[in-house]
Amino acid sequence: MLLSDVARLLEAEVITGEDKLDTSVEAACGCDLISDILAYTKPRMLILTGLVTPQIVRAAEMIDLSAIVFVRGKRPTVDIVAMAKEAGLPILCTAYPLYESAGLLFQAGLPGRGKWARDHGGRPDAP
Amino acid sequence: MHLEYDVVGGDFQVAGEAAARVKKTLREVGVDPETSRRAAIVAYEAEMNIVIHAYRGVLRVDISPDKIEIRADDQGPGIPDIDLAMQEGYSTAPERVREMGFGAGLGLPNMKRYSDEFGIISTVGRGTSVRTVINLPTKGS
Repeated sequence: MLLSDVARLLEAEVITGEDKLDTSVEAACGCDLISDILAYTKPRMLILTGLVTPQIVRAAEMIDLSAIVFVRGKRPTVDIVAMAKEAGLPILCTAYPLYESAGLLFQAGLPGRGKWARDHGGRPDAP
Repeated sequence: MHLEYDVVGGDFQVAGEAAARVKKTLREVGVDPETSRRAAIVAYEAEMNIVIHAYRGVLRVDISPDKIEIRADDQGPGIPDIDLAMQEGYSTAPERVREMGFGAGLGLPNMKRYSDEFGIISTVGRGTSVRTVINLPTKGS
């Protein structure tokens, strides 16, 4: 799925990253805890979150996420947008809540990350 | 190559910048994306632990042909029970920090998860030191 498809499905406003709407998104997750995001996501994933903080952008930058979608009508501050622009990280905003946003994307064929397995040998991306 | 960054406890305004610089440097010197990502996560969690729990600390990164070593040494209250601190979900982050999205109780477990070697020592009333090693892929692997 392309980021442009995500924007369309969620009726989302593109806050930054208009030049990256043809980016491929491989999966998505909804999360509001920073370390969960670091533990759980893989590159080229998209995150749905209501946590509008600079640290969300910083964490997303660390793990090569495709984009951040702020849900429930939440909007980033100017400094958060500036951080995202510098990092080349698209930000979208949707009025849909987290549950509906996840449902719309999942229904359209965008998979999640899969069940979390604690005994995976130490790597979340281990087989 | 040696990188070193001072980290101030409680300074959430710039928290994570050191880790971002580490990741940028790793990519610039040609470290592959997956290893850079792992190292960035380890550096970020190490830096955030100092910001959240300590008074001050230093993040050090040494890049050699076969590995990346990341060390975080802080001055702070220390950790009374390291085994407990290593349990996923256990967190001593204060409420105001949890409101920022921290406190998942995965900081140290994430550091261990993404590194090939992990060690931690701590003295209550003095501080904590964490050392991790991430091996670089050998040529041809």
